[in-house]
Amino acid sequence: MQEHDLSYVRVEMVNAQAAPASERGAGHWLRTNLFATPLDSVLTLIALLIVSYYLPSVINWMLINAQWTGTDRTFCATTAQGGGIQPEGWSGACWAFVGAKFQQFMFGRYPVDERWRVYLVAVLFVALLTPLLIPRVPKKTLNAILFFVAFPIVAYFLLLGGHFGLRYVETALWGGLMVTLVLSFVGMVVSLPLGVILALGRRSKMPVVKLLSVIFIETIRGVPLITVLFMASVMLPLFLPPGTSFDKFLRALVGFSLFASAYMAEVIRGGLQAIPKGQGEGADSLGLSYWQKMGLIVMPQALKLVIPGIVNTFIGLFKDTSLVYIIGMFDLLGIVRQNFSDASWASPQTPMTGLIFAGLVFWVFCFGMSRYSMFMERRLDTGYRR
Amino acid sequence: MKTIIKAALGTALLALGASAASADTLSDVKAKGFLQCGVNTGLAGFSAPDDKGEWTGIDADFCRAVAAAVFGDATKVRFSPLSAKERFTALQSGEVDILSRNTTWTVNRDTALGLNFVGVTYYDGQGFMLNSKKIPGVNSALQLSGASVCVQSGTTTELNLADYFKANKMEYNPVVFEKVEEANAAYDAGRCDVYTTDQSGLYGTRLTLSNPDDHIVLPEIISKEPLGPAVRQGDDKWYHIVKWVYFAQLTAEELGITQANVEEMKNSENPEIRRVLGTEADTKIGTDLGLTNDWVVNIVKGVGNYGEMFERNVGSGSALKIARGLNGLWTKGGLQYAPPIR
Repeated sequence: MQEHDLSYVRVEMVNAQAAPASERGAGHWLRTNLFATPLDSVLTLIALLIVSYYLPSVINWMLINAQWTGTDRTFCATTAQGGGIQPEGWSGACWAFVGAKFQQFMFGRYPVDERWRVYLVAVLFVALLTPLLIPRVPKKTLNAILFFVAFPIVAYFLLLGGHFGLRYVETALWGGLMVTLVLSFVGMVVSLPLGVILALGRRSKMPVVKLLSVIFIETIRGVPLITVLFMASVMLPLFLPPGTSFDKFLRALVGFSLFASAYMAEVIRGGLQAIPKGQGEGADSLGLSYWQKMGLIVMPQALKLVIPGIVNTFIGLFKDTSLVYIIGMFDLLGIVRQNFSDASWASPQTPMTGLIFAGLVFWVFCFGMSRYSMFMERRLDTGYRR
Repeated sequence: MKTIIKAALGTALLALGASAASADTLSDVKAKGFLQCGVNTGLAGFSAPDDKGEWTGIDADFCRAVAAAVFGDATKVRFSPLSAKERFTALQSGEVDILSRNTTWTVNRDTALGLNFVGVTYYDGQGFMLNSKKIPGVNSALQLSGASVCVQSGTTTELNLADYFKANKMEYNPVVFEKVEEANAAYDAGRCDVYTTDQSGLYGTRLTLSNPDDHIVLPEIISKEPLGPAVRQGDDKWYHIVKWVYFAQLTAEELGITQANVEEMKNSENPEIRRVLGTEADTKIGTDLGLTNDWVVNIVKGVGNYGEMFERNVGSGSALKIARGLNGLWTKGGLQYAPPIR
């Protein structure tokens, strides 16, 4: 039965149809993202030209023409350059150099038969850090205690040795990526809590605490890191009585941590200022103590707000580790550059290859930190988004 | 209050004095069980890491020679890579026992800085290199007026360059770089006409050029750079030991004692050789120095004589291929001359 018999009235629903061809697929994506306006089109074309001009030669240099194996400079030099196997006019990456020096780039001069200790620390580090980073893995408190308290102690005894029958490995022999990671890990782990305390101190109503915090932060921020390291390595030994020499690496660690703490304090203070006064007053009216108020109400909100700033400081710290070069310690970049002086590997391609390798390693770590922080921000985003 | 400050200052100065004049380096070194040696953080042929991370080069080997003389074991050395700025402090404060870091011997450093230079292990001098394809017809530095010169900043090289061009009333454009590899790359890319650094460094630079055969080193040497190891002032015993290790290496080369034949040489008929190697009866040269009488045997076994050390690190046995030149023995037209060991 029909309510009406008007033949032009449709009686069944039309099936859902795909968007028009112009609004979907690669064509639409290209149009909206690359060729939306005439200006966009021109910029896209220019960018394409640049990429197509440089990319082939980069790929050629890095992969196709590259020399992957070899035992000395003759593999990475043309006949005119004193080499043997490369044709005239050859130019390519000398990955053989990185291959031959790889162990050194990772461990510095850490004794070869003790390197299992570094591997063990690295395995522990990854094994404890991975579950900490994945939100749905349970037992976060235990994990955090293991990672931030137990792990540094174990790592200290393993890397330095001198106890439990382990051979003592002086820090002067440490180097490469290992030093970069140790310095930045210690810097990060120390600077965050110290930064929180300094930030609270600076906002405190107690004049002495406030004054001390301000003096510390402003002094450290007012002096370049390179000066702090230089003072610690060159001037300090002259003032100490002989025999009481601080370890150079320890000096660098202290310098780095204090430096990062001052910057961290200001980042966190920025977060504290963004929390409305009502939050604190609400906590007070509930009868919470100062530490309860800060730990349960204010800090969680403030820290969440400044994740980008914190990660920024961490990444900066990671890259600043290269400055230990001036006090005669060699992080990844330092040890790569130091090996340019090895005459048996000196060739026109060696420096470029070494620097690209160091750059790639740094990029992998910094990019990893940056991506994880973005993931964390999205996860903790509980409502300020517009 | 004043007295407290005075007392603190006094203590600090006392500590400073005590550390600067650390009385008996030989006993300290023996007690430690190793020699702490300050080297360059990386300079081809002088102190550079090999594939295993071991230090190689003339400067590193000289420290091994001292360790061989003291301990009879050339491996008992620990190296401290030092930057140009921290090298003197490291020696003065006792952080290193010997500074073997391609350091130019100057009157200021020898006197005012509280160091004693023991000798010249490498006679160097600043030179010029240019691309003869790009700038043909130049065969003397005096023709370089108006040239752009690549140079590393913050070194005596930069000052010598300015002096030389001023003294000869010539114009030049310095193109200054902070890092060696930057300067090398810029020179190779043709950003400047001439490259200047110590001659030993020019040989290292040649290895990184794309067409090394096009480049010539000009004959002029514009500065004297006698490079040698130094020790702290105020410890003559240690100073003598390090100095005579250097002379012993020269004497060994002069007498034809090498790493390979040192054991046979012990039985040589030549009284001079027997005296040097400590096999002549009543020889007390080694013990008088505070060492053992077979000290020269240990040095030569450990690192070889001076010639062997030279050829292995910067000469024909290395990639640098530097000729002996001024560093030849005095008998062969060079400057290396050792007082007699007797």
